[in-house]
Amino acid sequence: MTIIDEPLALESGETYAEKPLGILTRPQAQGGWKDWVSTVDHKKIGIMYGVAAMFFFVVGGFEALLIRTQLAFPDQGFLSADLYNQIFTMHGVTMVFLFIMPLAAAFANYLIPLQIGARDVAFPRLNALSFWVWLSGAIFLNTSWIVGGGGANCGWFCYSPNSGIVFSPTHGVDFYAIGLLITGIASLVSAVNLIVTCLNMRAPGMDLMRMPVLTWMLLVTQFLLAFALPVITVALLLLLFDRTFDSQFFDPDAGADPLLWQHLFWIFGHPEVYIIILPSFGIISEVIPTFSRKPIFGYTAMVFSGIAIGFMGWGVWAHHMFVSGIGPISVAAFSLATMFIAVPTGVKILNWLTTMWGGKLHFTTAMLFATGTVAMFTIGGLSGVTHSLAPADTQQTDTYYIVAHFHYVIFGGGVLGLFAGAYFWWPKVFGHFLNERRGKINFWAMLIGFNLTFGPMHVLGLQGMSRRIDTYSAGYGFDFWNLMSTIGSYLIAVSVLVFFYNVWKSKKEAVDLPPPGPDPWDARSLEWSVPSPTPEHNFDEVPRVESFDHWWFQKYEIDDDGKVVRIAETEAVAQDGSATGVHLPSPSFWPLVLAIGLPLIGYGIIFNLWLCVVGGLLTGGAIYAWVFEPVDDPDAGHDHDDHHDDEDGDDELTAVGAGSAGDEDGEG
Amino acid sequence: MSTATATADTHHDHDPHATNTGISNNKLAMWLFLSTECLLFGALISTYLLYKTRGNGGVLPTDIFDIPFTSVSSFVLLMSSLTMVLALSAVGRGDMDRGKAWLLVTAMLGGVFIGGQVYEFTSFYREGLGYTSNPAASAFYTLTGFHGVHVSLGILMLMSLWVSAQQGKLTPNNAETVEIVGLYWHFVDIVWIFIFTVIYLIPPA
Repeated sequence: MTIIDEPLALESGETYAEKPLGILTRPQAQGGWKDWVSTVDHKKIGIMYGVAAMFFFVVGGFEALLIRTQLAFPDQGFLSADLYNQIFTMHGVTMVFLFIMPLAAAFANYLIPLQIGARDVAFPRLNALSFWVWLSGAIFLNTSWIVGGGGANCGWFCYSPNSGIVFSPTHGVDFYAIGLLITGIASLVSAVNLIVTCLNMRAPGMDLMRMPVLTWMLLVTQFLLAFALPVITVALLLLLFDRTFDSQFFDPDAGADPLLWQHLFWIFGHPEVYIIILPSFGIISEVIPTFSRKPIFGYTAMVFSGIAIGFMGWGVWAHHMFVSGIGPISVAAFSLATMFIAVPTGVKILNWLTTMWGGKLHFTTAMLFATGTVAMFTIGGLSGVTHSLAPADTQQTDTYYIVAHFHYVIFGGGVLGLFAGAYFWWPKVFGHFLNERRGKINFWAMLIGFNLTFGPMHVLGLQGMSRRIDTYSAGYGFDFWNLMSTIGSYLIAVSVLVFFYNVWKSKKEAVDLPPPGPDPWDARSLEWSVPSPTPEHNFDEVPRVESFDHWWFQKYEIDDDGKVVRIAETEAVAQDGSATGVHLPSPSFWPLVLAIGLPLIGYGIIFNLWLCVVGGLLTGGAIYAWVFEPVDDPDAGHDHDDHHDDEDGDDELTAVGAGSAGDEDGEG
Repeated sequence: MSTATATADTHHDHDPHATNTGISNNKLAMWLFLSTECLLFGALISTYLLYKTRGNGGVLPTDIFDIPFTSVSSFVLLMSSLTMVLALSAVGRGDMDRGKAWLLVTAMLGGVFIGGQVYEFTSFYREGLGYTSNPAASAFYTLTGFHGVHVSLGILMLMSLWVSAQQGKLTPNNAETVEIVGLYWHFVDIVWIFIFTVIYLIPPA
């Protein structure tokens, strides 16, 4: 690695002789808001994903509290029936599309390049585009409260013909359809980008079967996204055309088949469940080995069970439709497939437990959240198996038992795992710990609150309480458990407040505490070999990977007796982040401009087609400006000879910068 | 840092665009994008197949297909794949004049196909098959319309390449860009082969 006495080459716009169209230089801001809105750094984009996702977590959580407040006692009129419909719909949509998916994207963005030993993703500008498009779609979706006559009121899966113009006359469903189309574009772009990153950008020696389990699970997730989103895209477009242009896709009176929507939605919707859960599986597969002081048990089985879940996730969608009259053969086939998918999931649970078995367990907050994930997901998985029995499912459909099940899976399996990841990687991302004592309060409050909220829903559901009803009468035996559930939901809210307080307070306290150093948990994967917080260029020199858990084997070796022996101090083998002159992709404003155009097109479709012209010009113009934006000149700003002495990781990044002007953007 | 200096010599011959798979990032991204497009068109084709006999008492698309006409426009679109290959081959050889000419011809053949589609839609509409007539009509127009939009975007890309070549920005070094646009173009053609066979040629049961 050569050392050049210059600042990091973020400002490579400086020496361009050529300025196509006159205005298209790359932005040069360092620090301040301009830096954030023009950044293409995967770490900053990851942080922005995380912050925005937590904002929508609060929004969705607030909606959940409104629901639980309404249901705390029988016969309440706190929310009108119509408003209640809007709130539970937007709660589901917000939590799935605007909280869990982007929070998983935050981890994917920040960690994939670090875990595979790359300096950035394959297409840094497309990465920024994904974030801004997702954010614009998320904001668009929520503006329906203000300008759309209220939120969508059709449930998160928005079944037809209820979603049609007759039964949903406000613009809520239009905002739902267009908002999800826009966020879908973001996820699709991100999926292509991250798949290419995983397949093409790995450090020398980082074979696919040496990638950390987290990266593997995120890779499977991206494949699921890439193939599931086009299907929901079609469904949403058909819905939008029905509502806007009077097409006849979902009107039973015209001979249309309302089940078409259900099939299209769940062909997307079931893989979506694994899109939500697999990142969390990956996170705890990093956390548990680290705090058990053992390598992950059955790495290969872990990877292949993840892939198997990815494949089988496509064959179970109709178990959401057992009562829709799809016929005995379909019901039997999907029933069996649903039982089978429990097998790879069971393999994962077994492997986490056997990783912990006989290990030296350190119950840090991250480890507590990870073990909580395993336990809660197991409960949710088991109630899921009860749904695979079609006769039982017929009784459970549309009751609170279903609500209990999917919250145990999504909150217990998904959200707790993401919190484990937050506590685990916080020092890597921000350079200071989250306080462990407050973290443990956060964990226990959340775990107890979670079980108090969703545990009683099993009982309520089996007693026959229907989901999506805005209130219930006294005397059905629903009163006590609903009150418990509401108390639990407020306890969850308290635990989230503790988390935010912890974030704020820990940052304040950090100045008086020693910095965490590169590897505070004595962990195993490559991101712990660089300083905390991660330097802008990630790696001083691109690592040469010799085995799975390469970083751990830099520190330890296993002697002839099978004993683990420390061979080097962490500081001695970690990188110090001192490299300069590393080529990094230049920032760009065009992803943001492009992203602003899309919601304008959305408003245009709903309110006034002229707005579509404005949005279309903005988007189309941004695409062309993007394509003709000067690419990074690998030799700009420093000596030509130096460049050829560089490490090859550097060269890969050259390819990155030049590669961003892809033609696939034409589809945006 | 010190090891890097020692190993630097061995990397002189390193290909700066090397990737783990040997496929460039741009090309791999296009392949992935096209694979997602399969699902998009798969969902649209399935929708049409579900609805193709649901005329709600009105005209069905299958009643009024003009197979000879659509065969000709399909042939035109297929020929554009040939000219796309010729364009790529010419650019790869460094023969930019021929390359530009073939790019233009490809775009024009695509334009002829789109013109045919506009004519087809118009005549269908006159025969009573409106977009909102019945589920079959909605599904037919949406599927073929989506394909038409894809061809149009392809034409836009081809023309952008042609303009870049006119300005001297597209050189034989960028042959891969032409190849990637070509991948998209061939994909759109292949989708049409499916649509033409499944939608137009197979009669309703």
